[in-house]
Amino acid sequence: MNMPEEKMRLPKAPTGIQGLDEITSGGLPKGRPTLVCGSAGCGKTLLAMEFLVRGARQYNEPGVFMAFEETENDLIQNVASLGFDLKDLIARKKMVIDFVYIERSEIEETGEYDLEGLFIRLGQAIDSIGAKRVVLDTIESLFSGLPNELILRAELRRLFRWLKEKGVTAIITGERSEGSLTRYGLEEYVSDCVIILDHRSSEQVSSRRLRVVKYRGSSHGTNEYPFLIDEDGISVLPVTSLGLQQIASTQRIPTGIERLDSMLGGAGFFRGSSVLVSGTAGTGKSSLAAHFVAAACQRGEQTLYFSFEESPSQIMRNMHSIGIDLQKWEKKGLLQFQANRPTFTGLEMHLTMMHKAINAFKPKVVIVDPLNSFVMGGNATEVKAMLMRLVDFLKMKEITGLFTNLTAGGGALEQTDIAISSLIDTWLLLRDIEISGERNRGMYILKSRGMAHSNQIREFLITDHGIELRDVYIGSGGVLTGSARLAQEAQEQVAQTIHDQDVERRKLDLERKRKIMEAQITALRFEFEAQEFEAMNIIGQEHAREDHQTQERVDMAQIRKADAKPNRQKGNSK
Amino acid sequence: MKKESVDRKTDLNAPPLPKKDREDMGVGASETQFAQAKSDAFILRLYVAGQTPKSMMAFANLKKICEEHLKGQYFIEVVDLLENPTLARGDQILAIPTLVRKLPVPVRKIIGDLSNTERVLIGLDLLPRE
Repeated sequence: MNMPEEKMRLPKAPTGIQGLDEITSGGLPKGRPTLVCGSAGCGKTLLAMEFLVRGARQYNEPGVFMAFEETENDLIQNVASLGFDLKDLIARKKMVIDFVYIERSEIEETGEYDLEGLFIRLGQAIDSIGAKRVVLDTIESLFSGLPNELILRAELRRLFRWLKEKGVTAIITGERSEGSLTRYGLEEYVSDCVIILDHRSSEQVSSRRLRVVKYRGSSHGTNEYPFLIDEDGISVLPVTSLGLQQIASTQRIPTGIERLDSMLGGAGFFRGSSVLVSGTAGTGKSSLAAHFVAAACQRGEQTLYFSFEESPSQIMRNMHSIGIDLQKWEKKGLLQFQANRPTFTGLEMHLTMMHKAINAFKPKVVIVDPLNSFVMGGNATEVKAMLMRLVDFLKMKEITGLFTNLTAGGGALEQTDIAISSLIDTWLLLRDIEISGERNRGMYILKSRGMAHSNQIREFLITDHGIELRDVYIGSGGVLTGSARLAQEAQEQVAQTIHDQDVERRKLDLERKRKIMEAQITALRFEFEAQEFEAMNIIGQEHAREDHQTQERVDMAQIRKADAKPNRQKGNSK
Repeated sequence: MKKESVDRKTDLNAPPLPKKDREDMGVGASETQFAQAKSDAFILRLYVAGQTPKSMMAFANLKKICEEHLKGQYFIEVVDLLENPTLARGDQILAIPTLVRKLPVPVRKIIGDLSNTERVLIGLDLLPRE
């Protein structure tokens, strides 16, 4: 939660209880009393006790527990199961437990009195260890133990004032009643901070919730927060984050299926995004998830797998059959399974347990398989709210979440029964394609925020080496799958052969033409040569004739003695 | 409730009662000695917190009732919790003043200034409960 910094901050005493300090932005009001109320068995005493134990252990603030209902030994035993060693804390003077026994039948009342004895006891206990924290559990017992309510009310008012003067941070517990917060109206006296605990069950599943009703002088989360009590004490989930301040990563992580990566802009999912894989039964949702898991583990990233329908060993066996070895990663400690039946506990508890597991294991990738097993009866809105918190939480931690969702047959595919699609960044839809008496698997990307992605419906096979996306064949009736695709592949083969033959034929034809052409060229050349020869002959004869005429003329002139000089040296004068 | 008593009570660091006053309130020999001497003894312990009017009145009322009904067989110890705050825990004291009947068993507690004699006698089992 991002609260604006208050200038005059109310000093706070951190409770150390997981989540509670976040809701109250820092803890309970320091030096003031806080009222914790709730019905029987809702965890008031435990919350108060944890406040003291954590105060003593983590913040070096010793505490006094004044018990009106349980004896010291009972308390020590009850919280030992949560790992709180009270005896040790008492021995180290970090805690005092004072059991106040009050039994009306043993008390006779005559005249005026006050509760100075209680003050002295409490004061003595506080001073003996320098306590900074005090718990009064449940001071309302006084109302049944002491007859004069008028005196009691006056003394309680004085007690709370006195606690404030002492500067101790106090928790006062009170039993919840119809119509008012506490049976005897304690809220009248403790008005700085009021926390309500609640334990209710619906659909046979119980859940615990906590709500800060009032916190004077401080901002606080006002919602009901689920909390859980387990071997580590209380953990509250401030799960509904108030803002959308998550940092969006630009890093991409492969899906584990190469061709799917190509469909997703060539690089896979964004880190920290939420991915939904939905589809009808048997479309391979878990197999797809397993691919992603194996890829993440291959990269050395911790992966947490929440399974709500199959046991870990069943998942590992099944995935092994398609060539994905998850066991290896589990042994290496990179993969952790958390398998629970959805009916095991309430939604909040599931969420809380998931939070705890995520906080403890610190995974980079989280799988939830499947989401919709939580939907029982009419709790869809609650499931949606829970998933929203989960998605928010994962995003805040930059964990990539992959959720599978079983779509009921007959319903619209592009719809989840919990309507969480708006929370999802990348949505892969797996579907059956039933054509010509076959059932084949198809996959497409319904949406993928922030990346260019393929719009094709791809057929995929689940083989003994995992999911395999096939080439796309689009026939007249849409995408071809299964045997139709095989037929198409065969057809293409034939067409290719015919085409090849055609090419060959054309080549031969060309060759033949070329040869004809060459023959023609040769013939023409011969013809030309013949003509040339003839022409040369004629030219030669012409020359010879010319020479002869010239000679004749010279000879004639000589004979006639026409000229002294002959034109040519040739010839003899006679 | 009187205002001055409120002031006194909130101030736990007020000086304890002077020794003399405690003796005036009838604290003498040890209670065990007394119990051994008398088998039917009433061992009474009056818890107070400082010398408040209510405490003084409670002691006066107690003294009067004992003199009338238990003459010679009672022993009163006054415990000032301002002096011995740890003692409050042992007898489970909340209200002040509280009269605890240690003996005879069972332990009985009477809270208040003991102004109602009849109720005190009932509390001490000296009068049957109606």
